[in-house]
Amino acid sequence: MRSMLAALALAACSNPLLAAPAASVVAGKVVYERCLACHALAYDRTGPRHCGLFGRRAGSVPGFAYSAAMRRSAIVWDEKTLNLFLADPLQAVPGTSMGYAGVKDKAERADLIAYLKQACQ
Amino acid sequence: MSFLNRRFFLSQSGLLLSGAAVALLAGEDALAAQGGPSTEDDVRILNTALGAELEAIAAYQLGAESGLLQKPALDLAVTFQGHHKEHADILAKTIGKLGGKAVGAKAKYSFPTENLKSQADVLRFAAALEKGAVSAYLGAVPLFGNRELAKAAASILGDEAMHWAVLRNALGEAPVPSAFMS
Repeated sequence: MRSMLAALALAACSNPLLAAPAASVVAGKVVYERCLACHALAYDRTGPRHCGLFGRRAGSVPGFAYSAAMRRSAIVWDEKTLNLFLADPLQAVPGTSMGYAGVKDKAERADLIAYLKQACQ
Repeated sequence: MSFLNRRFFLSQSGLLLSGAAVALLAGEDALAAQGGPSTEDDVRILNTALGAELEAIAAYQLGAESGLLQKPALDLAVTFQGHHKEHADILAKTIGKLGGKAVGAKAKYSFPTENLKSQADVLRFAAALEKGAVSAYLGAVPLFGNRELAKAAASILGDEAMHWAVLRNALGEAPVPSAFMS
């Protein structure tokens, strides 16, 4: 029985149809609607613009009034840092102005990040 | 004065206050007594909400002055702008009460005016902002250290959700497309 379970587990890992679904840009666009009270892709609002986000140092959009916490964070935005921040912004950067509980669902975060990656290309 | 007595006094004296205002006045003593890191966090969240409300006021002003809205859509825009002004006013007062400094309106806001060519465009733009506002308050409510602030933010959230539904209805879309918001 144990060997059968192990075999099933191995099969699940190696079968792409049973693996975690790939992040969806279309689904990520829907998740991004939650951000639209404060953010836009191309221009600054209550929150900073998202175009040019990947590879950008946190707190570095010229002219945007960031919190001191964000300016000091030394974060460079990539998939990993965005995933951590979006899960719990106040835990990731205490003192951030982004008073938002976070996107708690891992798959939704992956979709959102996939959308952000291609939105301004 | 107890909360119930205060509410009775306000209703009898003809002062009609929003649910958010009542909640905040009810918590006035508790607000004054608080301090420390939790209050700092609450002020920061309130200021972010205030910044978004001030931008919403400017967005509705843009819509109202665009010449693209006809009655009754124009009346909706003016009414909803009035609600956002009330939200902003109560948020700014609360921030002051907590010892914080309320953010002011920006001298200039950026809006996608190049995409606003019809009444439907303006209503769709407003609906997107209102939906985002619902999500923003939904994400803020659980963060408040002071439960009276969470209650007040939830009251504003309800108002934003009604704006979103009415705007969708005006666009000919299902006003309430799902049972839950996120």
